[in-house]
Amino acid sequence: MTTVTNKEVLLIAKEQDVVPLRSKVKEYGVNIGMSILNQTRLITAASELVRNLLKYGGGGKVTIESVSNARDLGVRITFIDKGAGIQDISLAMQDGYSTGKSLGLGLPGAKRLVNEFHIHTELGNGTTITIVKWNKG
Amino acid sequence: MQYGLLASLKEHQNTLLTTWSQLLQANGSTEGVTEEEESKEFASLLLDALQHSNGNTKSEEFEKVHDLLIGISISRVRRGFSIRENAQYLIAFKEAASKILLEIESDSAALYSSNLELSRLLDNMAILSFESYMKGHEDVISRQIGEISEISTPVIRVWDGIVALPIIGTLDSSRTQVVMENLLQQIVDTGSSIAILDISGVPAVDSLVAQHLIKTVSATRLMGADCIISGIRPEIAQTVVHLGIDLTGIITKASLASALQTAFDMLQLTVVKRK
Amino acid sequence: MERIPILKMGDFLLVTIQVDLYDQLAENLETDLIETIKKNNSKGVLIDISAVSIIDSFMGRILGNIAVMSKIMDAQTVVVGMQPAVAITLVELGLSLNGVISALNVEKGMDLLRAKMYNGDNEEQTYDDRNQ
Repeated sequence: MTTVTNKEVLLIAKEQDVVPLRSKVKEYGVNIGMSILNQTRLITAASELVRNLLKYGGGGKVTIESVSNARDLGVRITFIDKGAGIQDISLAMQDGYSTGKSLGLGLPGAKRLVNEFHIHTELGNGTTITIVKWNKG
Repeated sequence: MQYGLLASLKEHQNTLLTTWSQLLQANGSTEGVTEEEESKEFASLLLDALQHSNGNTKSEEFEKVHDLLIGISISRVRRGFSIRENAQYLIAFKEAASKILLEIESDSAALYSSNLELSRLLDNMAILSFESYMKGHEDVISRQIGEISEISTPVIRVWDGIVALPIIGTLDSSRTQVVMENLLQQIVDTGSSIAILDISGVPAVDSLVAQHLIKTVSATRLMGADCIISGIRPEIAQTVVHLGIDLTGIITKASLASALQTAFDMLQLTVVKRK
Repeated sequence: MERIPILKMGDFLLVTIQVDLYDQLAENLETDLIETIKKNNSKGVLIDISAVSIIDSFMGRILGNIAVMSKIMDAQTVVVGMQPAVAITLVELGLSLNGVISALNVEKGMDLLRAKMYNGDNEEQTYDDRNQ
């Protein structure tokens, strides 16, 4: 059972909004004693996903929460946009880097950096992505 | 509703303590002597709470009881009490309280419901106590794992710019991660361009560990250094091939000695015998 | 408009990145670098990222761009001071930073640049087993 101990919502409309988001995520990570390496992973994943939000979703809303379950403390981040939605999720979740081309949406990479990754998308109605990074991974 | 009855337990605190102590000793628990202070405090706080808060477990009085209980459970882990003894602590208390209720109340309906209430309260506390005990246990184990990790990956500066990390013992996924972080940090701290990761002391490597090792090499290269993996046993070489793990691009050597030779070559160093 | 300072160190240029690079800043850096390389006929660019704690695909792209642009202007780029956590995260992210050469610090970076200058960077100094 996961309980939420803290929560904040940030509105992302322009590129400059990425920096305060990173600081906020770091703050939440530090508060639960997350290791530097895990903080780096989480902030990097968040950075990727928020850029997607801006680039493909037309901006949106990011919710950051500190969560806990019986054994661990973690940070949960939800990215919601009302953009066009993702055409083909399975394609989007494939790694593109082996072909040397651009990373596309960077979703598989971000997924590797966190412990839980959920994505819900509806064509014409936007995309919601939720990630969780636990302290003990 | 039967709080009135439970509340009156406070007046019988001393008897309760004695009975509790006797029950604990009868169960074979260690002598109650060292526990006396904290147990007296626990009993006192609990009976106070019963007296004043009408069974509201969220009240301040009960919070104090819970906090104390957590502290007691965690310290008992450290003092080596078994999980059985931990459980018996509260079970005996419940029994002692029950006995007293029997003495002070004759109406069976009232007795029944107050016992029920007592059970509810103390069973919840038992759960709390188990959780804290387990957490205390886990903390001890994590600390020990940390200590073992530190001892078992020494870092040897074999030459200016070359650092060696011999790993001894089983490598599981989490240990490999620790080794990886350690290696990279050592590269920064010592300013070494080459790290030799020697796994001759590692009996077996699974797919996940192999992936982490490859990751380690990639990360060192991104940082501007390089990593040689030495001491790969024949069995590990076989496993790696059977698992279909691709080691191209990873420099591997059979022994730490040949890895060192390779490192010298990479740094364009030659060892020359004196005439 | 904020711009990242570029230091001239003999034949080389040193860029120390200490702030989060957002679009405009990154673009300015690319432009400034190209112009400075041209103006000074620089042979190498050192990008010090020891203060950078997060490198995402955007930043990776910038570094890649700088490497390619400088190469076209006949200057070699070396990225120095990558933090361990960043290196691990980059590998896990799957960002390969192709075309970017790295060194542990500025000093080693300069050694590398000098070596490449004198040896010409056509011969890749790849290590291979040589029978002695």
